[in-house]
Amino acid sequence: MTAATGIGARVLRTEDKRFLTGTGRYVDDLPLARATYAYFLRSPHAHAKIKNLDISAAAKMSGVVNIFTGKDLVDAKVGGLICGWVVKDKHGEPHKAPPHPVMAVDTVRYVGDTVAMVVANSYDDAKDAAEAIKVDYDVQPANIDLAKSFDKGSPQVHPEAPGNLIYDWEIGVKADVEAAFAKAAHVTKLDLINNRLIPNAMEPRAAAAEYDKGTGNYTLWSTSQNPHVLRLILSAFVLGIPEHKLRVVAPDVGGGFGSKIFCYADETMVCWAASRVGRPIKWTAERSESFQTDCHGRDHVTHAELALDKDGKFLALKVETIANMGAYLSTFATAVPTYLYATLLAGQYTTPLIYANVKAALTHTAPVDAYRGAGRPEATFVVESIVSKAAAEMKIDPAELRRKNFIPSTAFPYQTPVALQYDSGNYPPIIDEAMKMADYKGFEARRTEAKSRGKLRGIGFSSYIEACGLAPSQVVGSLGAGVGQWESAQIKFNPTGNVQVMTGAHSHGQSHETTFAQIIHDKLGVPMDQIEIVHGDTATTPFGMGSYGSRSLAVGGSAIVKATEKIIAKGKKVAAHLMEASVADVEFENGVFKVTGTDKNVPLAQVVFAAYVPHNYPLAEVEPGMDENAFYDPANFVYPAGTQICELEIDPDTGTTEIVNFTAIDDFGNIINPMIVEGQVHGGIVQGVGQALLEGAVYDKSTGQLISGSFMDYTMPRADNFPSFKLGYKVTPCPHNPLGVKGCGEAGAIASPAAVMNAIHNALAPVGVKHVEMPATPLNVWQSIKGAQRQAAE
Amino acid sequence: MSISVAMTVNGKAVSGKVEARTLLVQFLREHLGMTGTHVGCDTSQCGACVVDVDGKSVKSCTILAVQAEGSKVITIEGLAESPDKLHPMQEAFRENHALQCGFCTPGMVMSAIDMVKRHNYQLDEATVRRELEGNLCRCTGYHNIVKAILAAAPAMKSAGV
Repeated sequence: MTAATGIGARVLRTEDKRFLTGTGRYVDDLPLARATYAYFLRSPHAHAKIKNLDISAAAKMSGVVNIFTGKDLVDAKVGGLICGWVVKDKHGEPHKAPPHPVMAVDTVRYVGDTVAMVVANSYDDAKDAAEAIKVDYDVQPANIDLAKSFDKGSPQVHPEAPGNLIYDWEIGVKADVEAAFAKAAHVTKLDLINNRLIPNAMEPRAAAAEYDKGTGNYTLWSTSQNPHVLRLILSAFVLGIPEHKLRVVAPDVGGGFGSKIFCYADETMVCWAASRVGRPIKWTAERSESFQTDCHGRDHVTHAELALDKDGKFLALKVETIANMGAYLSTFATAVPTYLYATLLAGQYTTPLIYANVKAALTHTAPVDAYRGAGRPEATFVVESIVSKAAAEMKIDPAELRRKNFIPSTAFPYQTPVALQYDSGNYPPIIDEAMKMADYKGFEARRTEAKSRGKLRGIGFSSYIEACGLAPSQVVGSLGAGVGQWESAQIKFNPTGNVQVMTGAHSHGQSHETTFAQIIHDKLGVPMDQIEIVHGDTATTPFGMGSYGSRSLAVGGSAIVKATEKIIAKGKKVAAHLMEASVADVEFENGVFKVTGTDKNVPLAQVVFAAYVPHNYPLAEVEPGMDENAFYDPANFVYPAGTQICELEIDPDTGTTEIVNFTAIDDFGNIINPMIVEGQVHGGIVQGVGQALLEGAVYDKSTGQLISGSFMDYTMPRADNFPSFKLGYKVTPCPHNPLGVKGCGEAGAIASPAAVMNAIHNALAPVGVKHVEMPATPLNVWQSIKGAQRQAAE
Repeated sequence: MSISVAMTVNGKAVSGKVEARTLLVQFLREHLGMTGTHVGCDTSQCGACVVDVDGKSVKSCTILAVQAEGSKVITIEGLAESPDKLHPMQEAFRENHALQCGFCTPGMVMSAIDMVKRHNYQLDEATVRRELEGNLCRCTGYHNIVKAILAAAPAMKSAGV
């Protein structure tokens, strides 16, 4: 297809114009006639019994339409929220599944737990009335400290999970790993914390719902990354509204990063209450509410050991992790620290033996679930931290140690010891290119120069692998997933020749309207301005699984390609009839059907018109219309990989870190739109660097109050925390999907925390600092330096 | 108790009855239905709600509607000359892929225009990054926003805006 707009072209985005002119349509922007407004009263305590809940004064306040409490849901027999992935523990038993009421009935279990819903004529009225609700709490001790969750005497979160243990899970054969450790020439040990993060998509979560009394149909507008899955959960498990009577619409959504995958209490309530209130209901989270109630991410305490032979070959890796689930199990919480984490512990290396044990803990904190990368950043952080530490201990160059252990390009498909089979890759050229671009050779000279200015300069590597493109349905099904993870597409031509493409994927920043249109343009030759990509509405799109796990292009794009093939196959039959030729002689190229070896041709638009006005048409053999559906279930995950190099300077007097150079070389397979891919990488890097240097969710360990509960307390990455990034690509196409693509949405965030922290440790090694936890804030770094100085003096 | 308020928004005279506590951003979004200006936080940190009030860049969640009485307000909806002719800053954002989900974009664009004018159309990368302190973006990593603003400065100058 034309180089200007087809696959591989840097096409400007179709969706930009509405966002740039203030005409995007996010949930809170919806004009709903006669709307009411909801406000949720949230628990101010981490753990308390509700002794009494009195709404009588609030119900009389001006503008109040209705107030609902947990008891109303019990009376209406509303189900609880669900966890959709059953993880079996090391004895084969399913994980503990304590109930998750939509609103608290007699106990609140985290600051932000939902206690009551006020519906009023205005948002301010609802908020005023919520203040007048009297709740008599009997405050209980709370379990906040993850590392102590299993200790005897720690406050219990749910009686259904004794000792706060959700599961004790393992992968690999422990005895084999121990035997390898016994023969090791060197063992590197590492204790680390993967800090808890708050996603903070810029658009707060929001929901609006309307009930049509005449048809009995509900419409729920939600800031969802996967509207069909949300509908399925609400219908089948929570509200019992039949799927065909519930329409879920996720219009323009302002970022998700995982936090908008899940089925939440508030959107459930807005939907449920719509029929009871009899008027539309709107709700939008305040940012402080988002901080308290959006599912958080990461939050691991880990001990890892790497066994090496005398030359630095990895012999075995063992990892013990405690993963925080929060107070309730969110939609996919159980899968994140198991199948999305421990299966990635081989990294890019030939480590022959790996054992991981993960214990999932309940705490009196907000639920924890998938957040950009989901498990894979945690795995990469363990692997890339311990590899760099081993390199420093054994005095081997960190790039050299990596290269020595890389899976060779000839070994693909490569079966790792932790279940995954990597389909393709070629790692050495990636690190070579990264080192060249980062001028690794010149680093020592730059370090010396920095020292003359009183600065500590460091450099750090992170060579990541990830498994994304979620997911082969039978594989995830065998591991406990409650859903399939194929994707759908429908290509619907209109009689005038333009085309609507319905995808089950959802864009909340990923640019599908452009990327998917490029695929259609490339495969069918339809001009870009004649293509409309439709997503996010269960009433107009085929059932789809939505967007997360860097799956939209690899799985959803593949479904689109399959649908184009059906269009072409049908079009050939019609074209053969129109050209009075045999179907076998018809070929399709650049939007035109031709009879091979002749100058006879008919453009696709004409074939489409004939299909809708079938006056001259092979009706005996071919149905009219040009409208095809396809579902694509991937044969395997896809495996993007790359190397990032971070170079930074620390001011030892203030502990301030400045990133001076950041290089990322990625293999995403074939690239549809390099401009969009670069944008995804930039954003990912910044989120990962945010974790390493700035961000951290902090709960007060005794009261369970969220201390980092606003943008004034939780440090979001800002423009002046970064230099411009240097990016590059190496391409090994994915062998099992029709586009040869891998995923690019999470890679930046997966790799960058380790790159930054390895650089911090490299910079601080000369002053004797052994370990710094994330986030490496100025205070944290300064204290580490002072601590090392004190130790040296003793 | 409601109070009457009147101002000019994007060149058009508007008025309404608001509560004393109604914020300018609420007036724009809820009373006028101009939903291009966004609310991303409740502590005046994120900058999604930035508008221009009498030539000054203002976070519209930080002033009351009544404080804008008689003012000339410009919002993201008022920037493009026509649907086909974007403001040079909007065009630079598009050309440099400086937006992804689009939620922070209105405030980013409004702040960026103000930044360029305050620096007399002359900016360097460090200045742009420092000046973006009051605008948060979670998608782009700022890289392309910085590029877009640097590209827009001379374009604004030559367009005389």
